[in-house]
Amino acid sequence: MMKITMNETTPFRKADGSLVIAFLLVAYGALLIGGIAGLLQSLVRAGTITLPFGIGYYQLLTAHGVLMALVFTTYFIIGFLYSAVVRTTGRHLLTGALRLGWVGFGVMTIGTVIATVFILLNQATVLYTFYAPMKASPWFYVALVHVVVGSWICGLGLFLQYGYYRKHHPGKPSPLLTFMAVVTMALWIIATLGVAAAVLIQFIPWSFGWVETINVMVSRTLFWYFGHPLVYFWLLPAYMCWYAIIPKIIGGKLFSDALARLSFLMFLIFSIPVGFHHQLMEPGISPTWKYIQVVLTFMVIIPSLMTAFSLFATFERYGRSRGAKGMFGWWKTLPWKDVRFFAPFMGMLIFIPAGAGGVINASNQLNATVHNTLFITGHFHLTVATSVALTFFGITYWLVPAMTGRVLTPRLNKLGIAQTWVWVAGMTIMSGAMHIVGLMGAPRRTAYTTYGGHADATSWVPYQVAMAVGGTILFVAVVMMTVNIVMLLRAPRGFTEYPVAEEAEAADAERVPAVFERWSVWIAVVVALILFAYTAPMVEMLNTGVPGSPPFRTW
Amino acid sequence: MHIHRLEKIWLMFGFAMLVVFLVVLGIGAYAFGMGTPTSHHHSVDPSKVTETAPFDQPGIRHVEGSVYEANLIAYAFGYNPDKMEVPAGATVRFNVTSTDVVHGFQIPGTIVNFMVVPGEINHVEYTFDEPGEYLVLCNEYCGIGHEYMYTTIVVN
Repeated sequence: MMKITMNETTPFRKADGSLVIAFLLVAYGALLIGGIAGLLQSLVRAGTITLPFGIGYYQLLTAHGVLMALVFTTYFIIGFLYSAVVRTTGRHLLTGALRLGWVGFGVMTIGTVIATVFILLNQATVLYTFYAPMKASPWFYVALVHVVVGSWICGLGLFLQYGYYRKHHPGKPSPLLTFMAVVTMALWIIATLGVAAAVLIQFIPWSFGWVETINVMVSRTLFWYFGHPLVYFWLLPAYMCWYAIIPKIIGGKLFSDALARLSFLMFLIFSIPVGFHHQLMEPGISPTWKYIQVVLTFMVIIPSLMTAFSLFATFERYGRSRGAKGMFGWWKTLPWKDVRFFAPFMGMLIFIPAGAGGVINASNQLNATVHNTLFITGHFHLTVATSVALTFFGITYWLVPAMTGRVLTPRLNKLGIAQTWVWVAGMTIMSGAMHIVGLMGAPRRTAYTTYGGHADATSWVPYQVAMAVGGTILFVAVVMMTVNIVMLLRAPRGFTEYPVAEEAEAADAERVPAVFERWSVWIAVVVALILFAYTAPMVEMLNTGVPGSPPFRTW
Repeated sequence: MHIHRLEKIWLMFGFAMLVVFLVVLGIGAYAFGMGTPTSHHHSVDPSKVTETAPFDQPGIRHVEGSVYEANLIAYAFGYNPDKMEVPAGATVRFNVTSTDVVHGFQIPGTIVNFMVVPGEINHVEYTFDEPGEYLVLCNEYCGIGHEYMYTTIVVN
């Protein structure tokens, strides 16, 4: 299954490969520790264990959320984006880009270590949303700033490499994967400006005691301004794999280069000015502005539909080129026994119910039924923890060998497929139970309780036990993945290709509109939409004269 | 830029569905009154909640006909009052605020589900047609005793 095509692909330079591997190792370290926290949580929630040594449930919940949703994803994504840019812009990173990558990595890692220590010391049990006026140790917020600023430094490195390529290839569109990496990073930087503002202007002065109170609604709004694009920052790298890498792995071609770019630009534009749909059940924001942001939220359905079309068109075209007949004959021609295809494919498949759940969550009044229930937890365990995570796993099976000059053995491929099945089984049970019990009203972010033996709460317990069964299976899958990573790092030496798909009709490359890379236009559109969606409600929030809140430590 | 004919059809169909869906949501919200909480803005100093009307006398009170008003304070880790009673068919207007951190206010089995933010008063109205003991729980993490934070409404 590993074809060596030296003429097309030469090995990665060791220095570039090491940077990518460093990011991946921190990501998978976070997955393992976060997985242990997740296992314990699910057992506590089922009422089967009590935690020893005075460890708190919410402390574990904080660790799980921060390590999985922020550390695992951000590190994996930055490592992957760097690799994609190196692969498609030339053979190696510019010295400046490499240096910025390592400086960014260092700053992020200092932040991650400090944050983890304060969580473990029970000084920051505020969950990954750190809602004011609950106050963590000020050093926790300082640590978060390091993670964000470090990621910006990494982003500068990517932009530097991109700018260099554009300068030396005037009049030509940049390579698709590089273009997608730039959009993903731009989305991240624009989104994190919100959370950085909240932390720097509000949380740090307040937590150190330099100011007495904090404006709670403003802090929540800034957080969710970041919190929704964050989910697209997770998803877009998975889409990079689905659009531009999977076609190559199955032996087919990319459906349309220009449409793939258009969908990424639409995600950039429509995923940012929509944070209010996370705040639909809150006071202090007028229902009209909430509804406007709900409408904007649903605009991301368009690029999602484009992506679905493009993927299945690629599969079908490939199948037909192999002589498949009938409407679904192409299904049999796909390489089901190749983990590089199978893991991301299972991710795509699960994205169908996952996306449908998202439509429910954002639906204005329908949100009252599911808001802050386990339905939401079930939803993001399908999106991030299945669609995105399985795609990242699938990428890992060729990315690690490609970076380290090794090969994926048939045995490791089989272990990867087994790991995928275990993950899917665990997540189906856990997330399925979460969706059902969430509709019955069970709250998220809550330790085991029957609320004084109330009949409603008692009826939730069997589902919470099912969640623990799923959680335990998932932990097995985390251990399997950890073993696979160790084996990948020790795999036999050799050459592994970094798969990048070509376009179906080569001439299309010429038809990519030049405006797609006129960043001033797209950034201006994004800024205009953000100002439209946020100015009036923010002015209102600042002018209502709602008194600020002093800090509280309630754990 | 070339767009495949089938993709054009697919996108037009998708976009049309989206428009229909958003119109349905909008009609639900504005014509049938199924909007999101707090269409009117009220705030209160979180440190002076217990001295400020109506929260100086938290509890449920009869307004007129079948309409009741419930003024509740959420705090770490409970609600004041910790028990309420209304007759079946009662329409209850909830006014809830917090004296400390952010809390939730959710009645499983109903569509009463909203955030309680310090400094703000959140409102939701609900008609209890079925008799029974309704659980009210906090669904936003508020500290170490979060899972003990609940109250009940008895509908006779």
